[in-house]
Amino acid sequence: MNKHRLSYVLLFIVLGSSTGAFLGLGIFTFHYAKGSSYFTNDPQACVNCHIMQDNFDSWQMSSHRLTSTCNGCHTPSDFIGKYKTKAIHGIRHSWGFTTGYFEEPLRIKQDSLDVVEANCRQCHGAIFHATDPLASPSSSRTCTSCHRDVGHMR
Amino acid sequence: MFQKFRNLSRTRILLLSVFFSSLLALGVSALLVNIMEKRNEARHTYLTIAPIDDDEENPAEWGKNFPLQYEGYRKTVDQVRTRFGGSEAIARTPSQVDPRSVVAQSKLEEDPRLKDLWAGYAFSRDFREERGHAHMLIDQIYTERQQAVQQPGTCIHCHASTYVPMKKLGEGDLQKGFEIINKMPYQEARTHVQHPVTCIDCHEPKTLSLRVTRPAFMEGIRAFKATLGEPNYDVNAKASRQEMRSYVCAQCHVEYYFKGPEKRLTYPWAKGIKADQILAYYDELGHKDWERKLSGAPVLKAQHPEFELWSQGVHARSGVACADCHMPYTRSGAMKISDHHIQSPLLNINRACLTCHKSTEKDMQERVAIIQNNHFEMRNLAMDAVLALIKDIERVKESASPERLMKARDYQRKAQFLLDFAEAENSSGFHAPQEAARIMLKAVDYSRQGQNSLHDH
Repeated sequence: MNKHRLSYVLLFIVLGSSTGAFLGLGIFTFHYAKGSSYFTNDPQACVNCHIMQDNFDSWQMSSHRLTSTCNGCHTPSDFIGKYKTKAIHGIRHSWGFTTGYFEEPLRIKQDSLDVVEANCRQCHGAIFHATDPLASPSSSRTCTSCHRDVGHMR
Repeated sequence: MFQKFRNLSRTRILLLSVFFSSLLALGVSALLVNIMEKRNEARHTYLTIAPIDDDEENPAEWGKNFPLQYEGYRKTVDQVRTRFGGSEAIARTPSQVDPRSVVAQSKLEEDPRLKDLWAGYAFSRDFREERGHAHMLIDQIYTERQQAVQQPGTCIHCHASTYVPMKKLGEGDLQKGFEIINKMPYQEARTHVQHPVTCIDCHEPKTLSLRVTRPAFMEGIRAFKATLGEPNYDVNAKASRQEMRSYVCAQCHVEYYFKGPEKRLTYPWAKGIKADQILAYYDELGHKDWERKLSGAPVLKAQHPEFELWSQGVHARSGVACADCHMPYTRSGAMKISDHHIQSPLLNINRACLTCHKSTEKDMQERVAIIQNNHFEMRNLAMDAVLALIKDIERVKESASPERLMKARDYQRKAQFLLDFAEAENSSGFHAPQEAARIMLKAVDYSRQGQNSLHDH
């Protein structure tokens, strides 16, 4: 019995220390990669990876720089939608950037475009009420089809 | 299940847990290292290995500091065809006078009418599709045109890296070296040059910023800017970076002529850079490149007016530079570099077009095809029209009055130059489709007027 107990203790020590080591490494990596910045609204978080630098730079020169951030246009405004989008994009982007498997020039995906479109309408809704040029359900046009550079250069 | 687990020996459980936790640790540390590497990539963009001074014309030396750009530059040896341009590698048997084993397709064979158009001029002997930059010097040294006529040293300006040679010849004075090399025979001038166009022809070695090194362009653009109300234009002091990304190309991809007996290289832009403005300049000057055999007209040969035609197009108007499409930005790690493999944008549509055009490669290709096919059709019609006038002049040159003949020959000169301008330009109309069409329509109209001037009584 004593012998059994001893080996259990040993086993737990090994399991515990390996879990601990992994946790430590994980926390450090999370910190090093500025993981917590992704829970903020700070546009600086979006240029943690240099790939968005051009978009960031041109946003600072754009008409929307004072009224909207990256999240303002690219994530839904409700809490759940926002973090769901952040999670999906986070996984997608980190996979692409880490492995290098992504196509350039970068193109917005339909689900992201829908988010942007909804955000345009949320602020500029009044303009749409009189005549919605995009009302036709078959229309693939979006606000940004014409207003291409309002957020940043594309 | 639980029973099974209990039956596993403790050693196995231990081994399994060690295995899985090591896998996890491996994954996380790999990610950590990857993030570190990406951060470092973003930090180091440039490392000086070989210091470069203003006399270094060897691109391999520059390449030690800029291996990515150098690698692209070296790829200009490639020969790839597009529908109307590009160059196809054609094997040939080397001879005593011409050791080349590969050349590009002959344009004279593709369209024998060109031979007729240029009768009496060296271009009717040998005229091939241009190959990439890497071949510019060798292709000029060994073109059959060299055997037809003694070519002047002026030609070497744009077929070799001449910045350092000109400085040396002028004992430090670029302008002086330029004047000296103009007057040399080609065979002498070529002994002073070593490379096709290299880094130093476009880049200042300390800062790598773009710089114009061809005195003829400095003068030409000064004359052109003066017509726009900006006198004493100094291109290296005044041009923006984006303008420079076209101007360094325009040092050579332009229409030019050899002025006076000293064969001074001159860009005919003092009245403007549109084809008819250039023609008006030549007319005022009374300049001719040669007298066409048989018809006897004092004619002109347009060279490669890419800059001039591009300037009239929508891309130029939108601020798109030569380099944006012919040397599009490409990513290498965290670095964004200009692709120094200068080539037809049709061979790199993804980077060249799709960065701005939200479309597909196929769609872009089709759009270009429509423009270029239309251009080719118009060019063929215009060429037939000009040749019809030439044949008419040849037929009546013994019987027609000298006044009529002179008038008709002048129309031939005008029509032929405008057609040639659109034909010699290397984008098959793409750089400015409507301008190219306008020029060719004018050529057709001059041909018609020329024929009328012979026939009406």
